[in-house]
Amino acid sequence: MVGWLATEPLFAALAALLLLGSVFGALLGYAAIRFRVEGNPISEQINALLPQTQCGQCGYPGCRPYSEAIAEGDAINKCPPGGEETIQALADLLDVEPQPLDAEHGVEKEPVVAWIREAECIGCTKCIQACPVDAILGAAKVMHTVIADECTGCDLCLEPCPVDCIDLIPRKQGIGFWHWPLPEDRLRPIEVIATDAATRTAA
Amino acid sequence: MRAIHTIHGGIHPPERKALSQPGKLQPLALPPSLVLPLNQHLGGPARPVINVGESVLGGQVLAEASGVMSVPVHAPTSGTVRAIERRPIAHASGLEDICIELETDGQDQWVAFEGIPHWRDCEPAILAEQVRNAGIAGMGGAGFPTAVKLTPGPQRPIELLLINGTECEPYITADDTLMQRYADQLIEGTTILAHILGADSILIGIEDNKPEAIACVQAAVDQIDAPIEVASFPTKYPSGGEKQVIEILTGMQVPSGGIPADIGIVCLNPGTAVAVQQAIIEGKPLTHRIVTLTGEALSQPCNTLACLGTPIAHLLRAVGWAPEGQQRVIHGGPMMGFAVSNLDAPVTKITNCLLAPTESELPLPEEPQPCIRCGHCAEACPASLLPQQLYWYARAKDQEQLAAHRLFDCIECGACAYVCPSHIPLVQYYRAAKGQIRDSEQERKRSDNSRARFEAREQRLEEEAAAREAKRAARKAAAQQQAESDGVDPVQAAIERAKAKKAQQDAAP
Repeated sequence: MVGWLATEPLFAALAALLLLGSVFGALLGYAAIRFRVEGNPISEQINALLPQTQCGQCGYPGCRPYSEAIAEGDAINKCPPGGEETIQALADLLDVEPQPLDAEHGVEKEPVVAWIREAECIGCTKCIQACPVDAILGAAKVMHTVIADECTGCDLCLEPCPVDCIDLIPRKQGIGFWHWPLPEDRLRPIEVIATDAATRTAA
Repeated sequence: MRAIHTIHGGIHPPERKALSQPGKLQPLALPPSLVLPLNQHLGGPARPVINVGESVLGGQVLAEASGVMSVPVHAPTSGTVRAIERRPIAHASGLEDICIELETDGQDQWVAFEGIPHWRDCEPAILAEQVRNAGIAGMGGAGFPTAVKLTPGPQRPIELLLINGTECEPYITADDTLMQRYADQLIEGTTILAHILGADSILIGIEDNKPEAIACVQAAVDQIDAPIEVASFPTKYPSGGEKQVIEILTGMQVPSGGIPADIGIVCLNPGTAVAVQQAIIEGKPLTHRIVTLTGEALSQPCNTLACLGTPIAHLLRAVGWAPEGQQRVIHGGPMMGFAVSNLDAPVTKITNCLLAPTESELPLPEEPQPCIRCGHCAEACPASLLPQQLYWYARAKDQEQLAAHRLFDCIECGACAYVCPSHIPLVQYYRAAKGQIRDSEQERKRSDNSRARFEAREQRLEEEAAAREAKRAARKAAAQQQAESDGVDPVQAAIERAKAKKAQQDAAP
């Protein structure tokens, strides 16, 4: 066999390629099984960028399902709590054009937290069951209260409350949350060359 | 003679320090009421421990520290607490914050203090606690709780205590006056601080435009033959930045993102050292501070020992303030200070200067023009940053690049904006960018926390559902077993029972 191959260089080359192909193919096949990635890594990365309010405004039951939908090609502009900043981050990650927020799903608002008017609470536990992050404390027939630091302001507790005793109040209140704003952009448009101004006045 | 090093960049703005006659302290009348913010320092606000309507004596604790990064607030004189509510404070935002209003009674009665005169025999931790209880926070401008600086921990041994008497910002002469008037207390306070820190060498650094202060401090050192070195160095703005003065006097650089304690140095303001001396020797809390009142809109610019909580307007009126149409009052100096929007705001532990300039003296900022990439800002930057690049990235909100260009090493001294020929408010861009980055970091932490909680809840719900399902299956299996052993079909039995009940009901009426 070897002797025959030595006299037939064309078949020798084919045999060598065949051999190499099958060896590397087997190696790749093994690696694909051995180092298999569980789940969709892209959807994990997308989920890390979403604000985790779990509000469902995007039309999916939580941030993870939406991140999976985006990984499958859904639009990136359906998250009002994340707003422009999240859309920009998603666009950078997925290397797509950022789009304006889809108004159908809501508008970007100031971050809020739920606040229970405790005198009116009847202790029905309905809001506790609705809260996606277990941020409401209480038991049947006793007053409930919101752990403000854990509340995402998703407003899912508002609807089930039978006595309407839950308000959403701005989260970032007071001097501790203030920081300098960017200066107003007062720059005039730059005239690239002097004649630009001339053409504009002429027109 | 100590070798004096030089820092990158820096500028030489007009000093205008003689205006407020450094070295003299002008006594001014006590205002009818004091407004004491609960947060005069960096960190958590103090918690009020008095009630509205209560009479208090000078030196009494009005609000206690709420944690490690917090210091208490004391009454600067005797009087009655009138309110605990939101009041305008001196802050760049112009927002209000919780304050205690104290109506003064003019008696100026004080509680009895207990000092630690034998501090040399005392544990550093006890002395540091005394410093905290005296309400002392860094008096140079940042208001960092001093007790925190005094306890850097065993992994950061301190070799050098540096008293930063640079006061490089134009107009301000509060530290200059303090060093001239309180030189003895300053030396004693410095010695106490070195004892608390376990520092071997002590250095007092003063810029060479304050010859009287240098002479006074040197005389005080010579008098008691203290092992303290007084060093002077050429005047340049911003030599007084903590990292800058350390480099000038030791040649060492504080690592990026680090603190001076990382290289064995603690840097404190002379005002802080004097406050520590009073707290340890006399047990007296921090209730007063020296404030420079200056600017050409004042007819008698001066330095004064002001009660904390004195409304700014009260001080300015006492020194012949003639407000112009568009009068600005600047809290701090002309380089790093900010305009106060409401002059009812009070003097706090960090108020070193109140500047009321005329419009010709300190004109309003000009219209910004486009950046021409001249590079003057990079030449002026004392932190060797690239202000121009930071400006572009701050506009583009590119947080990655801002971090890569070391935005957080910026000390916001304003040297870049001062030299900018296009009058771009560069520092405001950096402050805004820093705020945005801190905000996004906080939001990221919040969302990570929410994700963990959401996933934990999902898991719990799934487990509960599985447990219910298992229970149901077990019940079903048990019922089936029962049926097999009894030989009766449970479903059939239930139907029989229902039928029997119905028949009974039908028969009854």
